Amino acid sequence: MKFAVIRFPGSNCDQDCVASINGLDGLRAEYVWHKETSLDDFGAIVLPGGFAYGDYLRCGAIARFSPIMKAVISDAHAGKLVLGTCNGFQILCEAGLLPGALVRNRSLRFVCDMVTTRVEVDDSPFTHGCPKGALLRLPVAHGEGCFYVDPETLRELNANQQVILRYADRQGRIVSGANPNGSIENIAGICNREGNVFGLMPHPDRASDARLDSADGAKIFRSMLQTITAGRTATAPERVKQVA
Amino acid sequence: MKARVIVMPKAAVLDPQGNAVRDAMQHLGMPEVRSVRIGKYMEIDIEGQNGDLESRLHHLCRDLLSNPVIEDYELQKAEGRNQKKTPNVERPTRRRKASAGQALNVRLQRPKTTKRK
Repeated sequence: MKFAVIRFPGSNCDQDCVASINGLDGLRAEYVWHKETSLDDFGAIVLPGGFAYGDYLRCGAIARFSPIMKAVISDAHAGKLVLGTCNGFQILCEAGLLPGALVRNRSLRFVCDMVTTRVEVDDSPFTHGCPKGALLRLPVAHGEGCFYVDPETLRELNANQQVILRYADRQGRIVSGANPNGSIENIAGICNREGNVFGLMPHPDRASDARLDSADGAKIFRSMLQTITAGRTATAPERVKQVA
Repeated sequence: MKARVIVMPKAAVLDPQGNAVRDAMQHLGMPEVRSVRIGKYMEIDIEGQNGDLESRLHHLCRDLLSNPVIEDYELQKAEGRNQKKTPNVERPTRRRKASAGQALNVRLQRPKTTKRK
């Protein structure tokens, strides 16, 4: 199974993503330059972290118009798994593939830390094998990771079980002290209504090896592989019907 | 044609930068300051003024220059090239370094006693 890791000018976690994906059995990652126009050869798409286009104007605002994004958007609508970490999450929001936006951290500080996140749904294409309530230790490194949505969209996100990860303390409690950036309701990662596009501020790519203090990030990549091989993405629309 | 675009965070979106500046202004002797919101201001120079230019500009304001999820924008057209510039900030003379108070055009009132709780 081949994953595409999109390289924008200014991406800086592309190598982390490729290395962590290549470290897993049955998975292979390849770089795809943002000027490319097709992703037909790939089973899944990863938008890595970094500072695409220098974060000029807003994070992800210019990257969303890169030529490759047309393919990312059409493949996402066709049901392909798309993962956006950190800057990748910001690009997915700017592109309209995920609701909400990521704004300046409430503290005004760049946070670089290991955080605990709690899995909020029983089964998602990206957290397969991590039951609801499971804790994942993942690093964060961002200045603009405060997730914001309007109250109505927030209600929808919760009702449709689109919140996949929340920042939690080590006991798994959702408390403000565990929130590194002021995100609304401690939201760390969300998926789209169909469930095949997932964005999160933490870096699974920087936590896919026990030598890096945590290998929890590998669970997300492995889950994507399981989802694809089991052909489970096709059932995503049914999931929407159930909760609607 | 020249256009100015002002992008501001929506009222519901927290603006920690604005809050930090508000606090600084209050510390610098303006306790009257209630709130500060920080946005972006863009000056755009455009060739010609075709009929649909403005609607295309609005389109890009929504798509690129602002994010409608968190921001509102205002588009101002400024036609004619010889628009008089009217700076709204009086620059202090350069003889000595301007204090923060001068830049803000306020006189700083330092408390006589420095005792604090």
